Amino acid sequence: MMRYSLKSLLANALTGHKGWKPQWRDTAPRGEYDVVIVGGGGHGLATAYYLAREYGITNVAVLEKGWIGGGNVGRNTTIIRSNYLLPGNLPLYELSMKLWEGLEQDFNYNAMISQRGVLNLYHSDGQRDAYARRGNAMRIHGIDAELLDQDEVRALYPFLNFDAARFPVQGGLLQRRGGTVRHDAVAWGYARGASDHGVDIVQNCEVTGFTIVEGRVAGVQTLRGSIRAKKVAIAVAGSSSRVAAMAGMRLPIESHVLQAFVTEGLKPVIPGVITFGAGHFYISQSDKGGLVFGGDIDGYNSYAQRGNLPVVEDVCEGGMALMPAIGRARVLRSWGGIVDMSMDGSPIIDRTPTEGLFLNAGWCYGGFKATPGSGFTFAHLIARDTPHPAATKFRLDRFRTGHVIDEKGQGAQPNLH
Amino acid sequence: MRIPCPFCGSRDAAEFSYLGDASARRPDNANPDTDIDAAMYDYVYLRENPAGALKEYWYHSAGCHSWIVVERDTRTHHIIAATMLDAEAHR
Repeated sequence: MMRYSLKSLLANALTGHKGWKPQWRDTAPRGEYDVVIVGGGGHGLATAYYLAREYGITNVAVLEKGWIGGGNVGRNTTIIRSNYLLPGNLPLYELSMKLWEGLEQDFNYNAMISQRGVLNLYHSDGQRDAYARRGNAMRIHGIDAELLDQDEVRALYPFLNFDAARFPVQGGLLQRRGGTVRHDAVAWGYARGASDHGVDIVQNCEVTGFTIVEGRVAGVQTLRGSIRAKKVAIAVAGSSSRVAAMAGMRLPIESHVLQAFVTEGLKPVIPGVITFGAGHFYISQSDKGGLVFGGDIDGYNSYAQRGNLPVVEDVCEGGMALMPAIGRARVLRSWGGIVDMSMDGSPIIDRTPTEGLFLNAGWCYGGFKATPGSGFTFAHLIARDTPHPAATKFRLDRFRTGHVIDEKGQGAQPNLH
Repeated sequence: MRIPCPFCGSRDAAEFSYLGDASARRPDNANPDTDIDAAMYDYVYLRENPAGALKEYWYHSAGCHSWIVVERDTRTHHIIAATMLDAEAHR
Protein backbone atom coordinates (compact mmCIF):
# COMPACT_ATOMS: atom_id res chain seq x y z
CA MET A 1 0.00 0.00 0.00
CA MET A 2 0.98 3.60 -0.53
CA ARG A 3 3.62 5.01 1.81
CA TYR A 4 4.81 8.59 1.84
CA SER A 5 8.30 9.99 2.24
CA LEU A 6 10.34 12.96 1.14
CA LYS A 7 11.80 10.70 -1.55
CA SER A 8 8.41 9.65 -2.93
CA LEU A 9 7.21 13.26 -2.85
CA LEU A 10 10.24 14.46 -4.84
CA ALA A 11 10.02 11.58 -7.29
CA ASN A 12 6.35 12.24 -7.97
CA ALA A 13 6.84 16.01 -8.17
CA LEU A 14 9.36 15.44 -10.97
CA THR A 15 7.06 13.05 -12.85
CA GLY A 16 3.85 15.04 -12.85
CA HIS A 17 2.33 13.28 -9.82
CA LYS A 18 1.34 10.32 -11.97
CA GLY A 19 2.94 7.70 -9.76
CA TRP A 20 0.68 7.86 -6.69
CA LYS A 21 -1.05 4.59 -5.93
CA PRO A 22 -4.34 3.93 -4.08
CA GLN A 23 -3.98 3.82 -0.32
CA TRP A 24 -6.00 0.69 0.20
CA ARG A 25 -7.28 -2.24 -1.85
CA ASP A 26 -10.75 -1.59 -3.26
CA THR A 27 -11.92 -5.18 -3.52
CA ALA A 28 -14.86 -7.21 -4.78
CA PRO A 29 -16.53 -9.26 -2.07
CA ARG A 30 -15.57 -12.89 -1.59
CA GLY A 31 -18.15 -15.53 -0.68
CA GLU A 32 -17.28 -16.01 2.96
CA TYR A 33 -15.69 -14.17 5.87
CA ASP A 34 -15.23 -14.68 9.59
CA VAL A 35 -16.64 -11.20 10.25
CA VAL A 36 -18.64 -8.91 7.98
CA ILE A 37 -18.92 -5.29 9.07
CA VAL A 38 -21.89 -3.45 7.59
CA GLY A 39 -20.92 0.20 7.14
CA GLY A 40 -17.58 1.62 6.00
CA GLY A 41 -17.70 4.84 8.00
CA GLY A 42 -15.21 5.83 10.67
CA HIS A 43 -16.59 3.40 13.24
CA GLY A 44 -16.80 0.44 10.82
CA LEU A 45 -13.26 1.01 9.54
CA ALA A 46 -11.90 1.47 13.06
CA THR A 47 -13.65 -1.75 14.12
CA ALA A 48 -12.04 -3.64 11.22
CA TYR A 49 -8.64 -2.13 12.00
CA TYR A 50 -8.72 -3.09 15.68
CA LEU A 51 -10.21 -6.53 14.92
CA ALA A 52 -7.17 -7.22 12.77
CA ARG A 53 -4.53 -5.41 14.80
CA GLU A 54 -5.58 -6.09 18.38
CA TYR A 55 -7.58 -9.30 18.12
CA GLY A 56 -5.90 -11.09 15.19
CA ILE A 57 -9.09 -11.52 13.16
CA THR A 58 -8.12 -10.61 9.60
CA ASN A 59 -10.65 -12.52 7.49
CA VAL A 60 -12.94 -9.50 7.59
CA ALA A 61 -14.96 -7.52 5.04
CA VAL A 62 -16.19 -3.95 5.44
CA LEU A 63 -19.25 -3.40 3.23
CA GLU A 64 -19.97 0.22 2.33
CA LYS A 65 -23.10 1.29 0.45
CA GLY A 66 -21.44 4.42 -0.95
CA TRP A 67 -17.78 5.34 -0.87
CA ILE A 68 -15.23 5.54 1.92
CA GLY A 69 -15.28 8.97 3.56
CA GLY A 70 -18.63 10.04 2.08
CA GLY A 71 -20.78 9.72 5.16
CA ASN A 72 -20.67 11.21 8.64
CA VAL A 73 -16.91 10.70 9.01
CA GLY A 74 -16.53 13.48 6.45
CA ARG A 75 -19.51 15.57 7.61
CA ASN A 76 -18.72 16.29 11.27
CA THR A 77 -16.98 19.31 12.77
CA THR A 78 -13.82 17.32 13.67
CA ILE A 79 -13.86 17.98 17.42
CA ILE A 80 -12.47 15.48 19.93
CA ARG A 81 -13.01 15.69 23.70
CA SER A 82 -13.93 13.52 26.68
CA ASN A 83 -15.73 16.05 28.87
CA TYR A 84 -18.71 13.93 29.82
CA LEU A 85 -20.46 13.62 33.17
CA LEU A 86 -21.86 10.14 33.69
CA PRO A 87 -19.83 7.08 34.71
CA GLY A 88 -21.37 5.08 31.84
CA ASN A 89 -19.96 7.47 29.25
CA LEU A 90 -16.66 8.73 30.69
CA PRO A 91 -14.52 5.56 30.32
CA LEU A 92 -15.38 5.13 26.64
CA TYR A 93 -14.68 8.73 25.65
CA GLU A 94 -11.45 8.79 27.65
CA LEU A 95 -10.33 5.51 26.06
CA SER A 96 -11.08 7.19 22.76
CA MET A 97 -9.07 10.27 23.73
CA LYS A 98 -6.08 8.13 24.70
CA LEU A 99 -6.31 6.30 21.37
CA TRP A 100 -6.46 9.64 19.52
CA GLU A 101 -3.27 10.68 21.32
CA GLY A 102 -1.38 7.69 19.92
CA LEU A 103 -3.28 7.18 16.70
CA GLU A 104 -0.92 8.75 14.19
CA GLN A 105 1.99 6.64 15.42
CA ASP A 106 -0.25 3.59 15.62
CA PHE A 107 -1.54 3.64 12.04
CA ASN A 108 1.38 5.64 10.62
CA TYR A 109 -0.77 8.32 9.02
CA ASN A 110 -0.91 12.06 9.52
CA ALA A 111 -4.38 12.79 10.86
CA MET A 112 -3.39 16.32 11.94
CA ILE A 113 -4.47 15.63 15.51
CA SER A 114 -4.30 18.96 17.32
CA GLN A 115 -4.92 19.10 21.08
CA ARG A 116 -5.73 22.78 21.03
CA GLY A 117 -8.18 22.69 23.94
CA VAL A 118 -11.97 22.63 24.17
CA LEU A 119 -13.53 25.43 26.22
CA ASN A 120 -17.19 25.28 27.33
CA LEU A 121 -18.27 28.75 28.44
CA TYR A 122 -20.63 29.42 31.34
CA HIS A 123 -22.85 32.45 31.69
CA SER A 124 -24.51 32.08 35.07
CA ASP A 125 -23.76 30.89 38.61
CA GLY A 126 -25.90 27.81 38.10
CA GLN A 127 -24.08 26.89 34.93
CA ARG A 128 -20.73 27.40 36.67
CA ASP A 129 -21.79 24.96 39.37
CA ALA A 130 -22.90 22.42 36.76
CA TYR A 131 -19.54 22.72 35.00
CA ALA A 132 -17.67 22.41 38.31
CA ARG A 133 -19.57 19.18 38.89
CA ARG A 134 -18.76 17.95 35.39
CA GLY A 135 -15.10 18.87 35.80
CA ASN A 136 -14.97 17.00 39.11
CA ALA A 137 -16.56 13.92 37.50
CA MET A 138 -13.92 14.06 34.78
CA ARG A 139 -11.04 14.41 37.23
CA ILE A 140 -12.34 11.50 39.33
CA HIS A 141 -12.05 9.45 36.15
CA GLY A 142 -8.48 10.68 35.55
CA ILE A 143 -9.44 13.15 32.80
CA ASP A 144 -8.02 16.68 32.69
CA ALA A 145 -10.42 19.54 33.41
CA GLU A 146 -9.89 23.13 34.55
CA LEU A 147 -12.54 25.57 35.68
CA LEU A 148 -11.56 29.04 34.44
CA ASP A 149 -12.86 32.34 35.74
CA GLN A 150 -13.58 35.32 33.51
CA ASP A 151 -10.04 36.71 33.64
CA GLU A 152 -8.55 33.38 32.63
CA VAL A 153 -10.95 33.09 29.68
CA ARG A 154 -10.17 36.70 28.75
CA ALA A 155 -6.48 35.84 28.57
CA LEU A 156 -7.26 33.01 26.11
CA TYR A 157 -9.93 34.68 24.00
CA PRO A 158 -9.96 38.48 24.46
CA PHE A 159 -12.44 38.99 21.61
CA LEU A 160 -15.43 37.28 23.22
CA ASN A 161 -18.46 39.37 24.12
CA PHE A 162 -17.75 39.20 27.87
CA ASP A 163 -20.02 41.99 29.00
CA ALA A 164 -23.06 41.19 26.88
CA ALA A 165 -26.15 42.42 28.73
CA ARG A 166 -28.07 39.19 28.23
CA PHE A 167 -25.42 36.44 28.47
CA PRO A 168 -22.18 37.77 29.98
CA VAL A 169 -19.29 35.30 29.82
CA GLN A 170 -18.41 34.41 33.43
CA GLY A 171 -15.85 31.70 32.74
CA GLY A 172 -15.49 28.25 31.27
CA LEU A 173 -14.60 24.61 31.69
CA LEU A 174 -11.44 23.83 29.74
CA GLN A 175 -10.21 20.43 28.61
CA ARG A 176 -6.75 21.13 27.23
CA ARG A 177 -6.37 17.64 25.77
CA GLY A 178 -9.44 18.14 23.58
CA GLY A 179 -9.04 19.54 20.10
CA THR A 180 -9.57 18.76 16.43
CA VAL A 181 -8.57 16.10 13.92
CA ARG A 182 -8.60 16.05 10.15
CA HIS A 183 -11.60 13.76 9.77
CA ASP A 184 -10.93 12.53 6.20
CA ALA A 185 -7.49 11.34 7.25
CA VAL A 186 -9.10 9.28 10.01
CA ALA A 187 -11.14 7.37 7.43
CA TRP A 188 -8.16 6.99 5.11
CA GLY A 189 -5.74 6.01 7.86
CA TYR A 190 -8.03 3.35 9.30
CA ALA A 191 -8.91 2.08 5.80
CA ARG A 192 -5.24 1.75 4.86
CA GLY A 193 -4.38 0.15 8.18
CA ALA A 194 -7.22 -2.37 7.93
CA SER A 195 -6.42 -3.12 4.31
CA ASP A 196 -2.75 -3.68 5.17
CA HIS A 197 -3.83 -6.32 7.68
CA GLY A 198 -5.84 -8.17 5.02
CA VAL A 199 -9.30 -6.68 5.54
CA ASP A 200 -11.40 -6.40 2.36
CA ILE A 201 -12.94 -2.96 1.89
CA VAL A 202 -15.88 -3.21 -0.49
CA GLN A 203 -17.49 0.00 -1.75
CA ASN A 204 -20.81 0.35 -3.60
CA CYS A 205 -22.03 -2.76 -1.79
CA GLU A 206 -25.40 -2.11 -0.18
CA VAL A 207 -26.62 -4.75 2.26
CA THR A 208 -30.22 -5.71 1.43
CA GLY A 209 -30.85 -8.40 4.04
CA PHE A 210 -29.45 -10.73 6.67
CA THR A 211 -29.33 -14.51 6.39
CA ILE A 212 -30.58 -15.81 9.73
CA VAL A 213 -30.81 -19.55 10.38
CA GLU A 214 -32.48 -20.75 13.58
CA GLY A 215 -31.82 -17.51 15.41
CA ARG A 216 -28.20 -17.28 14.34
CA VAL A 217 -26.77 -14.99 11.68
CA ALA A 218 -25.19 -16.84 8.74
CA GLY A 219 -24.39 -13.98 6.39
CA VAL A 220 -25.73 -11.01 4.48
CA GLN A 221 -27.34 -10.42 1.11
CA THR A 222 -25.97 -7.51 -0.87
CA LEU A 223 -26.42 -5.91 -4.25
CA ARG A 224 -23.16 -7.69 -5.16
CA GLY A 225 -24.30 -11.15 -4.08
CA SER A 226 -24.70 -13.16 -0.90
CA ILE A 227 -21.84 -13.35 1.58
CA ARG A 228 -21.57 -15.98 4.29
CA ALA A 229 -20.21 -14.85 7.64
CA LYS A 230 -19.75 -16.32 11.11
CA LYS A 231 -20.38 -12.92 12.67
CA VAL A 232 -21.97 -9.74 11.34
CA ALA A 233 -21.49 -6.30 12.88
CA ILE A 234 -23.68 -3.28 12.11
CA ALA A 235 -22.03 0.18 12.28
CA VAL A 236 -24.28 2.39 10.18
CA ALA A 237 -25.22 5.28 12.50
CA GLY A 238 -27.77 7.48 10.74
CA SER A 239 -29.41 4.47 9.09
CA SER A 240 -29.37 2.04 12.02
CA SER A 241 -33.16 1.67 12.17
CA ARG A 242 -33.39 0.75 8.49
CA VAL A 243 -30.59 -1.83 8.63
CA ALA A 244 -31.72 -3.31 11.96
CA ALA A 245 -35.26 -3.64 10.57
CA MET A 246 -33.87 -6.18 8.06
CA ALA A 247 -33.00 -8.33 11.08
CA GLY A 248 -36.45 -7.85 12.56
CA MET A 249 -35.48 -5.24 15.16
CA ARG A 250 -37.08 -1.95 16.13
CA LEU A 251 -34.57 0.38 17.79
CA PRO A 252 -34.90 3.14 20.40
CA ILE A 253 -33.57 5.56 17.78
CA GLU A 254 -34.79 8.33 15.47
CA SER A 255 -32.78 9.65 12.51
CA HIS A 256 -32.26 13.42 12.54
CA VAL A 257 -30.30 15.90 10.45
CA LEU A 258 -27.42 17.90 11.95
CA GLN A 259 -26.04 20.83 9.98
CA ALA A 260 -22.51 22.21 9.92
CA PHE A 261 -20.97 25.30 8.37
CA VAL A 262 -17.62 26.61 7.19
CA THR A 263 -16.57 30.13 6.26
CA GLU A 264 -14.02 31.41 3.79
CA GLY A 265 -10.41 31.03 4.90
CA LEU A 266 -9.23 33.65 7.40
CA LYS A 267 -5.93 34.35 9.12
CA PRO A 268 -5.56 32.56 12.47
CA VAL A 269 -8.09 34.03 14.87
CA ILE A 270 -9.52 31.19 16.99
CA PRO A 271 -6.75 29.01 18.40
CA GLY A 272 -8.93 26.41 20.13
CA VAL A 273 -12.48 25.08 20.25
CA ILE A 274 -15.10 27.29 21.93
CA THR A 275 -18.68 26.42 22.84
CA PHE A 276 -21.32 28.98 23.77
CA GLY A 277 -23.15 28.05 26.96
CA ALA A 278 -26.25 30.19 26.54
CA GLY A 279 -27.28 28.84 23.14
CA HIS A 280 -26.10 25.94 21.08
CA PHE A 281 -23.08 27.13 19.10
CA TYR A 282 -19.54 25.82 18.85
CA ILE A 283 -16.65 26.89 16.68
CA SER A 284 -13.07 26.14 15.76
CA GLN A 285 -10.77 27.19 12.95
CA SER A 286 -9.45 24.65 10.49
CA ASP A 287 -5.77 24.63 9.54
CA LYS A 288 -6.86 25.94 6.13
CA GLY A 289 -8.35 28.98 7.89
CA GLY A 290 -12.08 28.36 7.60
CA LEU A 291 -14.20 28.82 10.70
CA VAL A 292 -15.97 25.50 11.26
CA PHE A 293 -19.12 25.81 13.34
CA GLY A 294 -22.44 24.25 14.17
CA GLY A 295 -25.24 24.04 16.68
CA ASP A 296 -28.48 22.18 17.25
CA ILE A 297 -30.00 19.41 15.19
CA ASP A 298 -32.98 20.53 13.10
CA GLY A 299 -35.26 18.59 15.45
CA TYR A 300 -37.49 16.52 13.16
CA ASN A 301 -36.98 13.03 11.69
CA SER A 302 -34.96 13.24 8.49
CA TYR A 303 -32.90 11.16 6.10
CA ALA A 304 -32.37 14.09 3.71
CA GLN A 305 -28.73 15.06 4.53
CA ARG A 306 -29.76 18.71 4.32
CA GLY A 307 -31.47 20.94 6.83
CA ASN A 308 -33.63 24.03 6.95
CA LEU A 309 -33.07 27.74 7.45
CA PRO A 310 -34.44 28.26 11.01
CA VAL A 311 -31.49 26.32 12.42
CA VAL A 312 -29.04 28.19 10.17
CA GLU A 313 -30.39 31.43 11.62
CA ASP A 314 -30.30 30.11 15.19
CA VAL A 315 -26.68 28.94 14.87
CA CYS A 316 -25.55 32.25 13.34
CA GLU A 317 -27.35 34.20 16.08
CA GLY A 318 -25.46 32.16 18.68
CA GLY A 319 -22.18 32.97 16.94
CA MET A 320 -22.96 36.68 16.75
CA ALA A 321 -23.97 36.79 20.42
CA LEU A 322 -20.71 35.18 21.47
CA MET A 323 -18.19 36.77 19.10
CA PRO A 324 -19.55 39.66 17.04
CA ALA A 325 -16.15 39.91 15.31
CA ILE A 326 -16.99 36.97 13.03
CA GLY A 327 -20.07 38.70 11.63
CA ARG A 328 -18.41 39.74 8.39
CA ALA A 329 -16.95 36.35 7.57
CA ARG A 330 -18.81 34.82 4.65
CA VAL A 331 -20.15 31.29 4.95
CA LEU A 332 -18.77 29.16 2.13
CA ARG A 333 -20.67 25.94 2.65
CA SER A 334 -23.25 24.30 4.84
CA TRP A 335 -24.25 20.68 4.80
CA GLY A 336 -26.14 18.09 6.79
CA GLY A 337 -25.45 14.64 8.13
CA ILE A 338 -27.97 12.09 9.34
CA VAL A 339 -27.42 11.05 12.94
CA ASP A 340 -28.92 8.32 15.12
CA MET A 341 -30.65 10.17 17.97
CA SER A 342 -31.12 7.60 20.69
CA MET A 343 -33.76 7.81 23.40
CA ASP A 344 -31.27 8.73 26.14
CA GLY A 345 -28.62 10.55 24.09
CA SER A 346 -26.04 7.77 24.53
CA PRO A 347 -24.82 5.07 22.13
CA ILE A 348 -25.45 1.34 21.90
CA ILE A 349 -22.58 -1.17 21.61
CA ASP A 350 -24.07 -4.59 22.20
CA ARG A 351 -25.13 -8.00 20.99
CA THR A 352 -28.60 -8.35 19.48
CA PRO A 353 -31.29 -11.00 19.99
CA THR A 354 -29.90 -12.70 16.85
CA GLU A 355 -26.83 -14.73 17.80
CA GLY A 356 -23.66 -13.56 16.07
CA LEU A 357 -25.19 -10.21 15.10
CA PHE A 358 -23.71 -7.14 16.82
CA LEU A 359 -24.93 -3.55 16.90
CA ASN A 360 -23.02 -0.26 17.15
CA ALA A 361 -25.52 2.62 16.93
CA GLY A 362 -27.12 5.65 18.55
CA TRP A 363 -24.15 8.05 18.50
CA CYS A 364 -26.38 11.12 18.37
CA TYR A 365 -24.29 14.11 17.22
CA GLY A 366 -21.14 12.95 19.03
CA GLY A 367 -19.89 9.99 17.06
CA PHE A 368 -16.71 11.38 15.54
CA LYS A 369 -14.79 11.91 18.78
CA ALA A 370 -15.68 8.35 19.76
CA THR A 371 -14.37 6.75 16.54
CA PRO A 372 -11.25 5.04 17.96
CA GLY A 373 -12.89 3.99 21.23
CA SER A 374 -16.03 2.79 19.50
CA GLY A 375 -14.01 0.71 17.03
CA PHE A 376 -11.77 -0.69 19.76
CA THR A 377 -14.58 -1.70 22.12
CA PHE A 378 -16.79 -2.99 19.30
CA ALA A 379 -13.92 -5.12 18.00
CA HIS A 380 -13.44 -6.47 21.54
CA LEU A 381 -17.13 -7.38 21.76
CA ILE A 382 -17.09 -9.11 18.36
CA ALA A 383 -13.83 -10.99 19.01
CA ARG A 384 -14.40 -12.01 22.64
CA ASP A 385 -18.20 -11.99 22.75
CA THR A 386 -17.99 -10.01 25.98
CA PRO A 387 -18.12 -6.22 26.39
CA HIS A 388 -14.92 -4.22 26.72
CA PRO A 389 -14.57 -2.86 30.29
CA ALA A 390 -14.94 0.71 28.96
CA ALA A 391 -18.23 -0.06 27.23
CA THR A 392 -20.26 -2.20 29.59
CA LYS A 393 -23.18 0.21 30.00
CA PHE A 394 -24.13 0.73 26.34
CA ARG A 395 -26.60 -2.11 26.36
CA LEU A 396 -29.48 -2.40 23.93
CA ASP A 397 -31.80 -3.53 26.74
CA ARG A 398 -31.04 -0.60 29.07
CA PHE A 399 -34.21 1.17 27.99
CA ARG A 400 -36.27 -1.85 29.01
CA THR A 401 -34.48 -2.25 32.35
CA GLY A 402 -34.35 1.47 33.17
CA HIS A 403 -30.55 1.82 33.12
CA VAL A 404 -30.56 4.74 30.70
CA ILE A 405 -27.48 6.99 30.36
CA ASP A 406 -29.09 10.40 30.01
CA GLU A 407 -26.41 13.14 30.22
CA LYS A 408 -28.93 15.95 29.86
CA GLY A 409 -31.76 14.38 31.82
CA GLN A 410 -34.20 15.04 28.99
CA GLY A 411 -36.05 11.74 28.95
CA ALA A 412 -37.16 9.76 25.92
CA GLN A 413 -37.40 12.67 23.48
CA PRO A 414 -34.60 12.25 20.91
CA ASN A 415 -34.74 15.75 19.44
CA LEU A 416 -33.96 17.28 22.86
CA HIS A 417 -30.72 15.37 23.51
CA MET B 1 -39.70 23.93 5.10
CA ARG B 2 -43.24 25.31 5.35
CA ILE B 3 -46.07 23.52 7.08
CA PRO B 4 -49.66 23.96 5.88
CA CYS B 5 -51.49 24.56 9.15
CA PRO B 6 -55.16 23.67 8.57
CA PHE B 7 -56.20 26.73 10.61
CA CYS B 8 -53.54 29.38 9.70
CA GLY B 9 -52.45 28.27 6.24
CA SER B 10 -48.86 27.80 5.04
CA ARG B 11 -46.38 28.87 7.74
CA ASP B 12 -42.62 28.63 8.30
CA ALA B 13 -41.56 25.50 10.17
CA ALA B 14 -39.85 27.73 12.76
CA GLU B 15 -43.32 28.53 14.16
CA PHE B 16 -43.87 24.88 15.08
CA SER B 17 -42.59 22.51 17.77
CA TYR B 18 -41.99 18.85 17.01
CA LEU B 19 -43.08 15.92 19.12
CA GLY B 20 -42.46 13.01 16.76
CA ASP B 21 -44.07 9.83 15.47
CA ALA B 22 -47.87 10.03 15.66
CA SER B 23 -48.37 6.28 15.39
CA ALA B 24 -47.44 5.49 19.01
CA ARG B 25 -50.49 4.71 21.16
CA ARG B 26 -50.40 4.70 24.93
CA PRO B 27 -51.18 1.17 26.12
CA ASP B 28 -54.40 0.52 28.00
CA ASN B 29 -53.37 -0.47 31.52
CA ALA B 30 -56.99 -1.12 32.45
CA ASN B 31 -56.93 -4.15 30.18
CA PRO B 32 -55.73 -7.12 32.29
CA ASP B 33 -54.51 -8.96 29.18
CA THR B 34 -51.90 -6.27 28.42
CA ASP B 35 -48.29 -6.94 29.46
CA ILE B 36 -48.01 -3.34 30.59
CA ASP B 37 -44.22 -3.29 31.07
CA ALA B 38 -43.57 -4.56 27.56
CA ALA B 39 -46.25 -2.34 26.07
CA MET B 40 -44.96 0.81 27.81
CA TYR B 41 -41.38 0.03 26.75
CA ASP B 42 -42.58 -0.25 23.18
CA TYR B 43 -44.65 2.95 23.44
CA VAL B 44 -41.99 5.09 25.12
CA TYR B 45 -38.81 3.92 23.40
CA LEU B 46 -39.23 2.00 20.14
CA ARG B 47 -39.81 3.73 16.82
CA GLU B 48 -40.25 2.63 13.21
CA ASN B 49 -38.11 5.59 12.07
CA PRO B 50 -39.01 5.11 8.39
CA ALA B 51 -37.20 6.59 5.40
CA GLY B 52 -40.27 7.82 3.56
CA ALA B 53 -43.76 8.86 4.61
CA LEU B 54 -44.12 9.46 8.35
CA LYS B 55 -47.12 10.79 10.27
CA GLU B 56 -45.92 13.04 13.06
CA TYR B 57 -47.13 15.52 15.67
CA TRP B 58 -46.36 19.22 15.26
CA TYR B 59 -47.62 21.97 17.60
CA HIS B 60 -48.19 25.44 16.17
CA SER B 61 -46.63 27.13 19.19
CA ALA B 62 -46.07 30.53 17.55
CA GLY B 63 -49.46 30.47 15.85
CA CYS B 64 -52.88 29.04 16.65
CA HIS B 65 -51.66 26.59 19.33
CA SER B 66 -53.19 23.64 17.45
CA TRP B 67 -51.78 20.16 17.48
CA ILE B 68 -51.41 19.01 13.89
CA VAL B 69 -50.73 15.60 12.34
CA VAL B 70 -48.37 16.14 9.43
CA GLU B 71 -47.54 13.41 6.95
CA ARG B 72 -44.09 14.14 5.59
CA ASP B 73 -41.48 12.32 3.51
CA THR B 74 -38.38 12.08 5.70
CA ARG B 75 -36.14 11.65 2.62
CA THR B 76 -37.17 14.92 0.95
CA HIS B 77 -39.05 16.96 3.62
CA HIS B 78 -41.98 17.08 1.17
CA ILE B 79 -45.26 17.44 3.07
CA ILE B 80 -47.96 15.09 1.88
CA ALA B 81 -50.82 16.11 4.18
CA ALA B 82 -51.58 18.08 7.34
CA THR B 83 -54.70 17.65 9.41
CA MET B 84 -55.97 18.86 12.77
CA LEU B 85 -55.32 16.35 15.50
CA ASP B 86 -58.37 14.24 16.23
CA ALA B 87 -57.81 13.86 19.96
CA GLU B 88 -60.01 10.78 20.27
CA ALA B 89 -58.35 8.92 17.41
CA HIS B 90 -54.87 9.68 18.76
CA ARG B 91 -55.46 8.92 22.42
